[in-house]
Amino acid sequence: MKVGSRLETLLTQGEFVATAELGPPKSADLELIKKKAAILRGYADAVNITDNQTAIVRVSSIAAGKISLDEGLEPIIQMTCRDRNRLAMQADILGAHVFGLKNLLCLSGDHQSFGNHPQAKNVYDLDSIQLAQMVKNMRDEKVFQCGDEIKNTKKSEVIEPRMFVGVAANPFADPFEFRVIRLAKKIKAGADFVQTQCIFDLPKFKEWMKMVVDRGLHEKVYLLAGVMPVKSYRVLQYMKKNVAGMSIPDELIDRMKGAEDPKAEGVKICIELIQQVREIEGIRGVHIMAVEWEAIVPSIVQEAGLYPRPQIQ
Amino acid sequence: MIIAEQKEISEIINMVGDHRKILVIGCDTCVTVCLSGGAKEVAILASALRLAFRVQGKQVEVNETTIERQCEIEFVDSLESMAKDKDLLISMGCGIGVQTIAERFFHLPVVPALNTKFLGLPEKQGVWVERCQACGQCVLDKTGGICPISRCSKSLLNGPCGGSQNGKCEINDEIDCAWHLIYERLKALNRLECLEEIMPVKDWSTSRDGGPRKMIREDMCL
Repeated sequence: MKVGSRLETLLTQGEFVATAELGPPKSADLELIKKKAAILRGYADAVNITDNQTAIVRVSSIAAGKISLDEGLEPIIQMTCRDRNRLAMQADILGAHVFGLKNLLCLSGDHQSFGNHPQAKNVYDLDSIQLAQMVKNMRDEKVFQCGDEIKNTKKSEVIEPRMFVGVAANPFADPFEFRVIRLAKKIKAGADFVQTQCIFDLPKFKEWMKMVVDRGLHEKVYLLAGVMPVKSYRVLQYMKKNVAGMSIPDELIDRMKGAEDPKAEGVKICIELIQQVREIEGIRGVHIMAVEWEAIVPSIVQEAGLYPRPQIQ
Repeated sequence: MIIAEQKEISEIINMVGDHRKILVIGCDTCVTVCLSGGAKEVAILASALRLAFRVQGKQVEVNETTIERQCEIEFVDSLESMAKDKDLLISMGCGIGVQTIAERFFHLPVVPALNTKFLGLPEKQGVWVERCQACGQCVLDKTGGICPISRCSKSLLNGPCGGSQNGKCEINDEIDCAWHLIYERLKALNRLECLEEIMPVKDWSTSRDGGPRKMIREDMCL
């Protein structure tokens, strides 16, 4: 094993893993982080801690990750290329290791024009593939991006940060045929696991997975399928219209529209999707993105037959 | 070429303040072609200023001239006779023009009438688009002649992010996804294998990040 994080260990054991997401607060609210962590504890093998998601300022992913770790979660720290240059990234990666954090998800990040500081200067010193490569090289080659060894002084021992490297994949963005090439590049860069964009269009996802399997990529990386419970058809309509890189079938919107209890229907759809993606060759787990709805995760995990979560052997 | 657009007239009037003898200076090069600071625009701005000051009851003398290039000292030198009795110069050149004039006429204030936008070209009549960010290390050989530094909203080097849809950028559908264009062009050139290679971390020191830049050609120096 490369890192020995809980996530890596369970994947190595061959378990079908379940990850969830914790969105840090938009204020310095420590109690909210603890409250969200308490909801998810025991129901997810690892939990993504988002990094200024949708370009809105929040408690930093590493700070919220450290709190979550203390509260008994296994955090996956998200890191975007939007807000930091290579110095800040590497400093934060060292910091994450020092805090005992072991999983890192490398992302481009939503453009700042979507968030609450649209006039900000963005960084993009590296892109997400270069970030994944840097994190891997820090771990395996024990060097900084500049090539220097990771040690405090010339005579000090090398103490490198060790991260289980995650990346995202969006099978629904364009150009569709490029999406598998991009995944292959991310694996070449050093990705250990992949979490996909949330799946609503199962046929398109299957088509992408077939290309993934044809290239043998499923054997080189752990693939977790992203799912998202929604509370109403309006959410789906909004995403279809406003969120680039999403594929949302009209039948799904109609089904949510016709539901007597839309929240229950949203959960039901999510559970059905979990069961369907589980059958697809190469899928090693699910990533449940209940955005600002962490409280629903325990029942999704239970009703999808994923509870109790496996133990490390 | 350099693309610029004129500032709001109210902002220009504010910059004039209490000055009474003004010279509006156009440039015959880029800003003439992008219709923002050539002889024609100089005439229009000078007339607008005269009218505005008359309405305000101010006695302001507004003269106008246009030179070949505001970014070359030799041409800026030719302003000497017209500039000497003025108390304010208004440049309708790009930011380079404004600064060349400021360097040449050290004791005279010079203000910009334009906002310099980007390096680009006219896409069609009345529409200009960005094409280069002067990063100092061209990658166009690897990207099918389409620049991801200036044309991808995130300057990504290894393909489109997850926000690319129907050939458009996630930030708005008026912007083409540069990486979609690159993909289509490399496909047409039968060179899609270029996309399989990881483009290494970029050396931004040749860009603005390395500090203000200077180029010296020893063979051309006197």
